[in-house]
Parts: sequence; C-alpha cells; structure tokens
Amino acid sequence: MTTLEKLEAVFFKLKEDPSFWQEYTRIMSTYSCRPTPLTFSQNLTKHFGGAKIYIKREDLNHTGAHKANNVMGQGLLVKRMGKPRVIAETGAGQHGVATATMAAKFGFECTIYMGEVDMERQSPNVFWMQQLGAEVVPVKDGTRTLKDAINESLRDWVTNMDTTHYVLGTACGPHPFPTMVAYFQSIIGQEAREQILKAENKLPDVICACVGGGSNALGIFQGFLEDEAVELVGVEAGGEGIKTGRHAARLTGDLGRPGVAQGYKTYFLQNEEGQMVETHSVAAGLDYIGVSPILADLYEKKRVKFTYATDEEVVEAMKLAMKKEGVIPALESAHAFVEAFKRAPEMSRDQIIIINQSGRGDKDIFTVADALKDKMWQEFIKHKAAIYESY
Amino acid sequence: MNLTEYLTQLKQKKKIGLMTHLVCGYPSLEVNYRTVSTMVEAGVDLMELQIPFSEPIADGPTMVKANQTALNQGTTVKDCLNLMREVTQKYTIPFLFMTYYNIPLQQGLLNFCQQTKEAGGSGLIVPDLPPEEAKEFIAACKEYRISPILLMSPTSSDRRLEMISRMADGFIYCVARKGVTGPKTDFSAAVRIFLRRCREKTSLPLALGFGVTSKADVDFLAGEADVAVIGSFMIKLLEKEGIEGVRSFLRTLI
Repeated sequence: MTTLEKLEAVFFKLKEDPSFWQEYTRIMSTYSCRPTPLTFSQNLTKHFGGAKIYIKREDLNHTGAHKANNVMGQGLLVKRMGKPRVIAETGAGQHGVATATMAAKFGFECTIYMGEVDMERQSPNVFWMQQLGAEVVPVKDGTRTLKDAINESLRDWVTNMDTTHYVLGTACGPHPFPTMVAYFQSIIGQEAREQILKAENKLPDVICACVGGGSNALGIFQGFLEDEAVELVGVEAGGEGIKTGRHAARLTGDLGRPGVAQGYKTYFLQNEEGQMVETHSVAAGLDYIGVSPILADLYEKKRVKFTYATDEEVVEAMKLAMKKEGVIPALESAHAFVEAFKRAPEMSRDQIIIINQSGRGDKDIFTVADALKDKMWQEFIKHKAAIYESY
Repeated sequence: MNLTEYLTQLKQKKKIGLMTHLVCGYPSLEVNYRTVSTMVEAGVDLMELQIPFSEPIADGPTMVKANQTALNQGTTVKDCLNLMREVTQKYTIPFLFMTYYNIPLQQGLLNFCQQTKEAGGSGLIVPDLPPEEAKEFIAACKEYRISPILLMSPTSSDRRLEMISRMADGFIYCVARKGVTGPKTDFSAAVRIFLRRCREKTSLPLALGFGVTSKADVDFLAGEADVAVIGSFMIKLLEKEGIEGVRSFLRTLI
C-alpha cells in the first residue's frame, strides 16, 4: 500500500503543476495525433434523417485507440518517479501494445500480462508487443482473460514495487488509478467540448460511449459533466443477449452488485456467494467483470445512463459505419454507434449526438473478419496456412 | 479462552507455535478433514481454513490453483462453514477463516461473523482489506466475539503499524516480505528487524507467514515471532507427497 500512497502523492502534486499538463499535451500532439478531430458524419446523419451525428476520432491516436492518452500520461509520471520498469495487463491487446510503445519511447523495461485465451485470440497484438520489445507473459489462472491478467499484474507489482510501475489500463483498480486514468483521458472531453462549440455554437444533446472498464467514456463525459442538459449514455456489452447470461452488462438492468475485488469497490458481475462470473462480448475490450467506480457513482447519481448493445447489433452498426461514412470503428466503439443509431432517427434535425469512436477496427482484422463471418478472409488465411505448412 | 490468551499460554509451553493452512474444497472436502486430523495429531497449534475466491490477488500460483480448483468443484461458503463446524467440534485448537473481503461482504458482514462464530471459528483473516476500510468489518467481528486478524508488512509505515495495532485483536499476521504467498523467503536480518518493528508497536502475539518452508525457517523465527505460519508449502507437500508427506514433515518440526 505504501507504493499506492507514493503514487498518489506524486500524481496529485503533478496534477497541480500546470507545466505537467503542458508537457502531456505537447507529447500527445507530437507523438500521437492530438487534438483528434471531431468528424461531422454527414452521410449517417442523412441516412437516419434525425439528429446530426458527430464522431470523436480517438481511433486516430498512435496505436489506434484512446489507450495512448493514459499510457503516455502514466509514462511521464514513471519518468518523474525514476522507476526503470513498467508492467501492464491487457485483454484484447490494445493497452498492451500502447504500453509497449510508451516503454520503448521512454526506455523502460516492459512486461505485459495477458490471459492465455486472449493470447490465442489476439496473436497479432502479441506479435506487435514483442516487436516493440516487451515481454508478454501468458496468464494461465482463472478464466485466463483480462481479469486474471489484472490479478497477475497486481501480484507482480506487490513483489517488485521498488523498481516497477503498474500501468493500469482503465479507470478501475485501487486508488489513485481510477482518478488518475480518468484525468489523463479527460483530454478527450476537453477537446470535444471546444470542437462542438466551434462547429455548432452549441452543446450536443447526447453523447454515446462504450463502457468496458470505462476510461474512454469517462474521458469524453468529463468535458460535459457540468452541462446538465447534455445526456451522457454509456453502452455496455450485451453479448449474446442479457437473458442468455453471456454478456458484460454490469450497470444496465441491475445485473451487477456492489462488491470488492482487485483492490476496489464497484458493481461486479458475480454470483450469490460473491464469486465473479464469466463475461462475454464480441469485443474483448468490454469483456470484463467490473466497471470504473467513478462511472458507478455517476450511475447512482443518475448523471450517466447505461444501456447495452448485443454482439449482433454491433456487427450491423459497424458495417453501416464503414459503408456509409468510411470510418472503421473498433468492435468496442461500435457499441456506442448502436445506441446513437437507435436514437438519431427519433431526434430532431437541430439536435446533436456525439459518438466517441474510442478505437479503430482495421488493426483487429482477425477478430473483425470473424465477427463479420467474411468468407474471402477465411479463404486467404487457409491459403496462407497451407503455405506455412509446406515450409 | 480468546486467541490472545491461548497464544500467551502456548508461549509458556513452546518456543514457537505453528499455524497451518488449507483451502476448503481443495483437493476435496474429504481430504480437508483428513488433513486437519493429521495436522492436529502432529501437534499444530492453530489452523486457517481458506474460503476460496475467484480473484485471490494476495496469493501465488499454488494457492491460486487451489482456489480455482475448489471453486470449479462447486465449493460453497456453506461447505466451508460445515467444515469449520465439524473440525471445531472434534478438536480443541483454534480454527480461523481466511478469505477475501467480497465473501463476507456478500454474505452480510454481521451475518457472516455470526455464522463463523456459530461454526466455532475464532477469527478472520482478510488480506485484501486495508485497515482504513476495515471499521465496519472489525465492528462486526467484535459483535460476535471473533478476532479480526490484521496484517503488518515490511512496507507499512510506522504510522500505519500503529493504526493496525490499535484496531487488531487476537494476534497480528506479519507478512515476511513483499509479494504474494508461496515463493521462499530469505530469512535474514531484514525479517528480524521487521518483527522487532512490529513488536514495538503491539503487545499482541505475532504470527509470521509468507515463504516459510523448512525447519530452519521455523527455528529462525523461534524467539522472534510467536507463531510460524506454513501455507503454500503445506499445499504443495500435500500435492506431491499426500497426507503421509504432511505428517512426516510436521514430525520434523514439532
């Protein structure tokens, strides 16, 4: 715990130092692509004939997702703390890849914990992490997915706390992580607010963001928390449908219950006895038992509404976004598109929706091709496999 | 007799007490009963029964596997309470539950403490509950007169050790080193210095665990701590050499 206290002290000191935020935005604008654009989605707007649809383009960050905001922020912190090694958990691999790039850039030693199941599902990301110089350690406990990778990272951290910083990937875990991750992600909302005011001279009516751990949602929502007229909607993974039990909807429909695990208190998907249950989503980044305690608080205060999108709806929304607008949202982000597409036709033409496109889908070609059940891709892979076979 | 009195009296008879550990439902409840009987007969002084949890963050690979297997086999809190009831009826040494905070929390803290007391349990060890958050839990333990066992670790500040000392009851569980359960601890001056720091802060008996794996470790601790805790190593021994292995190992210690 002493490590957490030290981290807290360093973080809150830097938070008060304006030069730190300047250093942060400078590196985000030179190493990543900040500010990311707010794209007016003319074709989707026309297609639905209702509210104007805007898309906040977090997919244009280096490594293809909002994860870059958090890892670069924590990287600067690690530099100030003078620790030589970083570790991180990863589910789909995005946070692992982002952490590996940060470690390469800042010259840290890097270990990534990844569930064995996820390593199989996301081999291309394992490949990139290794190319970037990180060691990827398979986690063989529990369900062998994201939550187990978090447990293993916590175990490494308590063992090696003197030399190591744990770059937690979302706004969950023990204090100060939720606050710290939300702080670095708040850059999304700050920009989006300025951008929409510039484009439309008024605030949006609705903002939709997908919610796994919740860092991208918190990132954009924070720009609008004080603007009570702006409806904030978090979209959870409905998986194969809420009734099947194969989903990751913790706040929608009273399915999660308050509990304590992995060093923090929030709503968890758990059984009667308090054991965590298996979750499911087509989007690995949303496939998680808990949700940011900050979002849980905003849910209890009714400031943020929660809903879900099923795997099937997500695939359809993604196809439409690609065909109509030429954007390629990650499967995670496509959850936010589903909700926006449901709402847009019911709203008037002078109203505005912003979708947070938290990540890009094109780099997850294997997962997306599977979700789209694409025949041509399957043929290509078989062909490639046959070639490797003949070596 | 409460835990503190028990351990104080023990101190007059023995150089150091011995606490062992098992995970309820691993490898099976049936083996748990036989293990307890072997351990008690070999002269173990107190035992912790771990209620398995799906996210055991303070545990190393041996315990993680045991937790997972026990849950996969359908072990419930009720099974653990039944085990506690049977062993406390049969044996006179104190038994404690060790588990993660979500288990008592979901049962209701008061309800869980009541059930533990009724099953004959003497205390509760909850490694993922920081003292800052433990007020309600400690009140529930006190209500049913079971001891909340708190942990001191080498990284705790003096201020924190003092706070823990004020809140704790029964004995203090001293964590020998950084990290999780299992890996061997290097028993050197650092452990001794840490135990002396703990001793300065509390008058409660001190149990030391994490990485205790041999007679030499236990001998090292005699005179420094009141109780040596052998956890993961017992489970590994049980896996490799069965109950007979446990019996002959304990014979070398006691």
